[in-house]
Amino acid sequence: MARPLSEQHTDLLWSLAGVNFSYNGTPVLRDISLELRHGCCYGILGPNGSGKTTLLDLLGGLQAPQSGTIEFQGRPLHAWPKKQLARLLALVPQDFMVRFGFSVREVVEMGLHPHLHRFAAPNEAEQVLIDEALEVTGIAALASRPVTRLSGGEKQRVAVARALAQKPTVLLLDEATSNLDIHHSLEILHLIRERFDQQGMQVVAVMHDLNLAAFFCDQLIFLKEGQIVCQGPTNAVLTPENIETVYGVEAEVTANTFTNSRQVSFRLPVHP
Amino acid sequence: MNARTVTALFLPLTAVLILAVALSATLGFLNVSIPDVFIILFAKLSGQTQPAGIDPVAATVVADVRMPRILASVLVGGLLGISGAVFQAILLNPLADSYTLGISTGAAFGASLVIVLQIFGLALPSGVTIPVFAFAGGVGTLAVVLFLASGDRRLSSTSLILAGVIVAAILSAAIGFLKFLADEQVGLIIFWLMGSLAGASWSNILLLTPTALFGALVAVFYSRDLNIMATGDRAATSLGVNTVRLRLILLTVSTLMTALAVSVSGIIGFVGLIVPHMLRHMVGPDNRLLIPLSFFTGGLLLLIADTLTRAVLPVEVPIGVLTALLGGPFFCILFKKRQQDGKTAF
Repeated sequence: MARPLSEQHTDLLWSLAGVNFSYNGTPVLRDISLELRHGCCYGILGPNGSGKTTLLDLLGGLQAPQSGTIEFQGRPLHAWPKKQLARLLALVPQDFMVRFGFSVREVVEMGLHPHLHRFAAPNEAEQVLIDEALEVTGIAALASRPVTRLSGGEKQRVAVARALAQKPTVLLLDEATSNLDIHHSLEILHLIRERFDQQGMQVVAVMHDLNLAAFFCDQLIFLKEGQIVCQGPTNAVLTPENIETVYGVEAEVTANTFTNSRQVSFRLPVHP
Repeated sequence: MNARTVTALFLPLTAVLILAVALSATLGFLNVSIPDVFIILFAKLSGQTQPAGIDPVAATVVADVRMPRILASVLVGGLLGISGAVFQAILLNPLADSYTLGISTGAAFGASLVIVLQIFGLALPSGVTIPVFAFAGGVGTLAVVLFLASGDRRLSSTSLILAGVIVAAILSAAIGFLKFLADEQVGLIIFWLMGSLAGASWSNILLLTPTALFGALVAVFYSRDLNIMATGDRAATSLGVNTVRLRLILLTVSTLMTALAVSVSGIIGFVGLIVPHMLRHMVGPDNRLLIPLSFFTGGLLLLIADTLTRAVLPVEVPIGVLTALLGGPFFCILFKKRQQDGKTAF
């Protein structure tokens, strides 16, 4: 995968200042200040319960912080009309569950919702967009199947296809490939990376797999216990020291020529 | 789904419904021909006197006795069908209906309370009638359920169902107590609980028609949002659907529809549950289609059931019993057939 040159894009997407969020009184995120810019593929990393998903929800306007400010494109996030925000931000959730037997195509078509007038049917260009989204995610053959009868991995690809059909400026991925085997993970990440490189679709991804993140993201944000431990270019922050601080494991980081990215091996610290 | 599909589907359905209404109006103790039914109705609706060729008794029977009852059965069935479809979509549960949140049970409690008070011979203010209390019972129950579930800011379907089940259990026990109090006259309560359209009048129709229109319009207006809700709250919110507001609006509207229907007809089970449920397996889960179809199918089902009990069966069987007796076996057949087709059961 081609690593993008750190381009001179400096347009600010998000700026967070002093953001706190708690859920039923339990603090989840504490004093988060952060700037996310155009032209970088961001990865949010951290152990379970570190607040990664919550941070993504705050960026997407799905939750509002108790204190602090979040601005998106220079405007307070809560001031954005929800529908307008939905035209710019698409989310691929972690476990995509559909409760009724909608066909795969019907679910992908829902991605057009923020763009379509309430009673309008998709026009020809939009139909093509749907076909394309089905095609690139490799689920075109499943288009008429009820989504309830797909495997977990297939469902996840439906979620990605739907997010693509939403034509977002920024794609928010919440461990979107955790349920996929390595082939499908790479395929999906590759496809998203291609949209990023060629069409300028921005990406913020919560990820679990450090090696996939190293391979996929230009910038990493490490969270631990609701606070940012460090952030910066992947090559600068993906270090054994940071990994030990965040995850509590010993790590070795090597530059891998096969994948052309940093790769990490781990072991539990040996106690004397 | 485009405009042509809508027309191709709903024009014939409307025609079938009108024909069924006319056919039902010919049946009964007094036989009237279909053309005569149309003549009588046209005269009635346009406010003219009935033409000379029409038997005045037949005119009165059709226009003032049969027709309100027939239209009430269509409207009540339609209201129950739509509200069932909406409850199922909101609660993300194909087995939900107005009982799931205790709405119908609340209406039954309201009605039973008035009946018991009447049995005890209390002088009630003229506003305290069974329909008014049934309506208030249904709406009041929703208020209590929403209050109980409101600790969960997202108003999730799990919280709503849990609150509904608790409230319904309490109300059922309360109805049991009222039946106990009614003692020998418990039949009055039981009769109301089994539902009947025998008392339907034109003033009922004037109330039911705008409610059905309003409810159907609101439900259809939000039908695409309802589809998206089936993919989970987070996903729906990220597509610009205000899930909490949508649930509040649609729960209120379907409660109003159910409560009004119940206040006219008493408790008629099964229609709200079975009609949308069966339709979902025939035409798919798309609420844009499912909601209007539920109106037609619910209306038609209740019309057939009511015509059977009114004009065909030797004695009048309570309509709530009949819908379950008719719908139940049909549901069983469908259920077995799906298993044989190798599809997962409902």
